[in-house]
Amino acid sequence: MSTKYGKLARHIGEFVIEKMIFLSGLITIAMVGLIFLFLLKESSSLFDTVTLAEFLGGTHWYPISDPPQFGVVALLTGSAWVTLGAMVIAMPLGIACAVYIAEVAPPFVREYLKLTVELLAAIPSVVFGFVGIVTIVPLVRSIFGLPTGLTGMAGSMVLAFMAMPTLVSIAEDSIRAVPSTYKEASLALGATEWQTLMRVIVPAASPGIAAAVMLALGRVIGETMAVMMVTGNAAVIPSGLLQPMRTLTATIAAEMGETVHHSDHYFALFAIGALLFLITFVINCLSNLFVTNVKKS
Amino acid sequence: MLNEPYKLEAINLDVYYGQVKAIRNATLQFLPNKVHALIGPSGCGKSTFLRIFNRMNDLIKAARIAGRVLLDGQDVYAKNMDVTELRRKVGMVFQKSNPFPKTIYENVAYGLRINGSMANKAELDARVEQSLKDAALWDEVKAVLHKNALELSGGQQQRLCIARALAIKPEILLMDEPASALDPISTGKIEELIYELKQRYTIVIVTHNMQQAARISDFTGFFLLGELVEYGKTAEIFTQPQDKRTEGYITGRFG
Amino acid sequence: MKFKTKLSRLSPNTVQKIAFAGLLAATSLVLLPVLLLMAVLIGKGVTALSWTFLTDIPRDGMRSGGIYPVIVGTCWLVGGTIAIALPLGVAAAIYLTEYARRNFLTWTIKLAIVNLAGVPSIVYGLFGLGLFVMLLRCGVSMLSGSLTLAILVLPIIITSSQEALASVPQSYREASLALGATRWQTIWHCVLPNALPGIMTGAILAIGRAAGETAPILFTAAAFYLPHLPNSVFDPVMALPYHLYVIATQIPNIGQDIRYATALVLVAMVLGMSFFAIIIRWHYRKKRC
Ligand SMILES: Nc1ncnc2c1ncn2[C@@H]1O[C@H](COP(=O)(O)OP(=O)(O)O)[C@@H](O)[C@H]1O
Ligand SMILES: [Mg+2]
Repeated sequence: MSTKYGKLARHIGEFVIEKMIFLSGLITIAMVGLIFLFLLKESSSLFDTVTLAEFLGGTHWYPISDPPQFGVVALLTGSAWVTLGAMVIAMPLGIACAVYIAEVAPPFVREYLKLTVELLAAIPSVVFGFVGIVTIVPLVRSIFGLPTGLTGMAGSMVLAFMAMPTLVSIAEDSIRAVPSTYKEASLALGATEWQTLMRVIVPAASPGIAAAVMLALGRVIGETMAVMMVTGNAAVIPSGLLQPMRTLTATIAAEMGETVHHSDHYFALFAIGALLFLITFVINCLSNLFVTNVKKS
Repeated sequence: MLNEPYKLEAINLDVYYGQVKAIRNATLQFLPNKVHALIGPSGCGKSTFLRIFNRMNDLIKAARIAGRVLLDGQDVYAKNMDVTELRRKVGMVFQKSNPFPKTIYENVAYGLRINGSMANKAELDARVEQSLKDAALWDEVKAVLHKNALELSGGQQQRLCIARALAIKPEILLMDEPASALDPISTGKIEELIYELKQRYTIVIVTHNMQQAARISDFTGFFLLGELVEYGKTAEIFTQPQDKRTEGYITGRFG
Repeated sequence: MKFKTKLSRLSPNTVQKIAFAGLLAATSLVLLPVLLLMAVLIGKGVTALSWTFLTDIPRDGMRSGGIYPVIVGTCWLVGGTIAIALPLGVAAAIYLTEYARRNFLTWTIKLAIVNLAGVPSIVYGLFGLGLFVMLLRCGVSMLSGSLTLAILVLPIIITSSQEALASVPQSYREASLALGATRWQTIWHCVLPNALPGIMTGAILAIGRAAGETAPILFTAAAFYLPHLPNSVFDPVMALPYHLYVIATQIPNIGQDIRYATALVLVAMVLGMSFFAIIIRWHYRKKRC
């Protein structure tokens, strides 16, 4: 038996494996860094020809006219409208749904409801877009009597659904994480379950619910395909949800295919990507803050 | 008092968890083919002390030691010490039995397989059988070697853990309250087993059961708040303790 | 004001009844459309679904024929994704649960993972375009697409593997180490086998996610129309989600039934994966108790 040799081999093997494992940990950080670096690098070329103020403050997005104009205000407003609409619909419904699943639904129903939420989470974005086109778009058109249903409203409604799984599952978790002693104390004082819910449980779960809302918000802002398919994509500053509008994400998806690589248009789309990355990064950090606060308390 | 060559010894040993000192300046020796019991109220540092000898405390990031620990005169904490080799020599049985969720056979074979020391299946089979016999478990499990170990009773699981430790032929067996979670009958079996094993191993056993210590051990050490209060022949410790605190504990004042 | 006084005159139990009915209504409003959506997809998709549809190439400007290369392309893409992301993700999870100390680096890695999970999928697409397609010159290809998707699913794999590893009792590790196993031997022979169901679940969820994503492959891998299978990893591929996007919005005069059938195949694939993952999780949870 060559134990001496075996021992050495074991030590070397162990060493190599540990280093490889460490490396893969590093790769994950590197990825986030790399993503941001790439977006910065590619978009910085845009600012040789366009100033940052023109980019962020410009109201015209005419990337292929001559001279091209790269103002993102219209796109930002589009994203803002659609997102706002989606959150206005999703927040009350989602939180109510989470409360129902966590505290009101009978146990055997709860499992099915949670399964349905998971189902919703698994449906691909294009499918939402497709179903949006065939159902919500005509619905919006007939309800509001519009020439076309491809509007911000349709986008908001589709996005509200897409935000649900994140919102409901995280809010539900945080509601269920409230210690049952709180509930017992309140019920023992003669409060009804509903009173207990509103005055004790939901307030106690509010940091978690806030985190759920933030994460859903991040998801909504970053959503691309479904939005692009149902919002009509007009790059003008919208004044209300009932107009066609175009989001930041849809602009990248729709135009990148037709750009000349390393043209100003190409760089401008990367700049939009960098902007999106920053927005979602901030939102993520905020929701992460809520989550860690929840864990601490 | 102890003048034969020591198998294992600790000299002026301090153990810290962060800033907290869990063992203070302990010095004692363990002899081959003897059973040594460590007693004391819970939280006094018995487990901490035991885990020093196979360096299981390395797993706890906050743990730090000062002083010397010698195995056959060799520094256990020397830079060139191969910890895995050390742990093969110094086997351990834990307070809560912890078989792997594998078959009975695979549990016993685990240490041999990772070691790659068995030439063939027959040799492996033989060693598994011998280990189970040594742990007084063979008769109960020989028909069901390929059943999941978690289906055994608590006492059987603990003896399986002993068999698993014996399979790699250690020289020393550290046992941390091996019978604390067991019923009296299983406890009796383990005690008999320890008596048998002592013929071939150096045994250190932590227990909070003084009758057990008195029944099975040759030497007894009494810990209190991280301090080794007294160490000596079991008969002497239990009949004429030198220290008031030992006497108090033994006569039940410390519970 | 008036409303409020009226409400306060109702007994608390009546209020509760009304409130719970409201909650139930909200829940139905959220979840019933999902079931409706599934019913419609199945109802309208199944009629167009046939053996030829699954095994034929698209014909007549994708207006007839089948989606065989699309299905196979998706499988290839996703296979590549998992082949890259699984080893990397599990290794990173092992590092975080088994080796990492609580220091700044570990904190950074965890933050990176959380943020990676929140990056919009279109941004992954841009990144893939910039790095793999352009800089590393992989071109618009299956390889670029798989690499991009791999980064996208990395957080899913890492988090689920971390949970799975952390749920393996510490006593198993202690037992193994006390028997003289090295750290890696302990991980390989003792920890990983016990964490396997959890890791598998994560991998399957990742497969489902990768199979359904469009934006990341839009400029890195997806082919508009390619009636044969790709010849190498450097070829572009057709993929189901992109194909659905194309036939739903880019090509006029396509029969609705083809659209529904394509959507149904995509949903079946993705949900099939999720369902599989749920079953595995459920099976092992039952076994553990
Ligand atoms: N991992 C640890 N980290 C910090 N302190 C610990 C740790 N393990 C044990 N201690 C402390 O060290 C002291 C001795 O513990 P232990 O050795 O487990 O005692 P015993 O086995 O005698 O009950 C206790 O005060 C305990 O709180
Ligand atoms: Mg102890």
